[in-house]
Amino acid sequence: MKRSKFLEHVAWTGSGIIWSLSATGLLTAQPAEAAAAPFSFVQISDSHIGFARPENPDVAGTLRKAVDAINALPQAPAFVVHTGDVTHLSKPEQFDAAKQILGTLKAPLVVLPGEHDVIGSPKAFFDAFGRGDAPDGWFAFDQGGMHFVSLVNVFNFEVDGKLGATQLDFVEKDLAAQKKSTPIVVFGHVPLYALYPAWGWTTEDGARVLAALRRFDAVTVLNGHIHQIIQHTEGNIRFATAAATAYPQPAPGAADKPGPLKVPADQLLGVLGYRTVEVRTGARPEVTDHPLG
Amino acid sequence: MKKLLTGAVLAGLMLVVAPASNAADPPKLLPAVVTVHMRDFKYDPTSAKIHAGDRVTFVNDDAEPHTVTASDKSFDSEGLDTGGTWQHVFTKPGTYTYFCELHPYMKAVVIVEPAVAPAA
Repeated sequence: MKRSKFLEHVAWTGSGIIWSLSATGLLTAQPAEAAAAPFSFVQISDSHIGFARPENPDVAGTLRKAVDAINALPQAPAFVVHTGDVTHLSKPEQFDAAKQILGTLKAPLVVLPGEHDVIGSPKAFFDAFGRGDAPDGWFAFDQGGMHFVSLVNVFNFEVDGKLGATQLDFVEKDLAAQKKSTPIVVFGHVPLYALYPAWGWTTEDGARVLAALRRFDAVTVLNGHIHQIIQHTEGNIRFATAAATAYPQPAPGAADKPGPLKVPADQLLGVLGYRTVEVRTGARPEVTDHPLG
Repeated sequence: MKKLLTGAVLAGLMLVVAPASNAADPPKLLPAVVTVHMRDFKYDPTSAKIHAGDRVTFVNDDAEPHTVTASDKSFDSEGLDTGGTWQHVFTKPGTYTYFCELHPYMKAVVIVEPAVAPAA
């Protein structure tokens, strides 16, 4: 194909091709998603600002420690996502305290709510972290050749983990418009799969989202809620729950009930943490968990 | 139990009492006919029978916060942290199911019967 003809072809096919000039002076083309520059982002979760019990008497301090570590990363993240339970009891003063700490992040911040952020009403959450482009709380965006979907599965108060018909319609429509080869990353608070339903660690209507995700080559689902790192894979979908910055919880079924788990003081920072996600060209993102101490 | 209609004077009164910050400042709870504890992620008792105008006290004994939220949204304690108490006067007869917003598998019911007229 002559170069002029090829340029015409590129113009016709749109922005799915990226040009690069090789050392030999030849123009080469490759799919945009494969040529996107590597980047990283960070996930933090479950800060529970306002919690004041012996399991962690200083949740503000451990969140601050996470923020400081993120700010010191050698590769600045493109953004930081907080996957919910920023506060313990949805109090405006707890959101204010959290914003003061999270406001020191150098990277842009994306926040989705946990059930502790919407007790009684989501108003305080939206006042603190609402987005103009997400009036209902859920949204999608593209970055570096990847497609991100941020979900809310804590708005139905009688079911811990439910997306609802309106959001499911949004997700199915949004994903239908993506190419099979586009890497997909999904954010949520409560696990999207049945991790441990007896403790409410599941999303009741998550199956429809998982069905819509199965056609993609590589899907990564990142969530919080259970205060511990658990990796789980179903076909092309990898699930990764994150450690909290506040306090750990028991492993599924390892105690009579969920809730704050007391560990020796010198071990607390080892079970709290943040997560970096490295996005490499044409590959599944690499998830790395970092303890706070 | 016979209840005086005068109890209905307190209709609609709700009182949230924060956990005591120290022993010298105990929660100031009004008299109640029933106390429901939230313990081990369950309400205890799961069913309580009272009369219109009666006050119920709810106490969170767990390390996790809970709420007392009516399924019909007619009352809502909002978040009760460990040791938190909340009181509610049920003014109308009926069956009130309630649950915890944070742990919706926690469910219970208060059955409110008509107030009993005072003896002549």
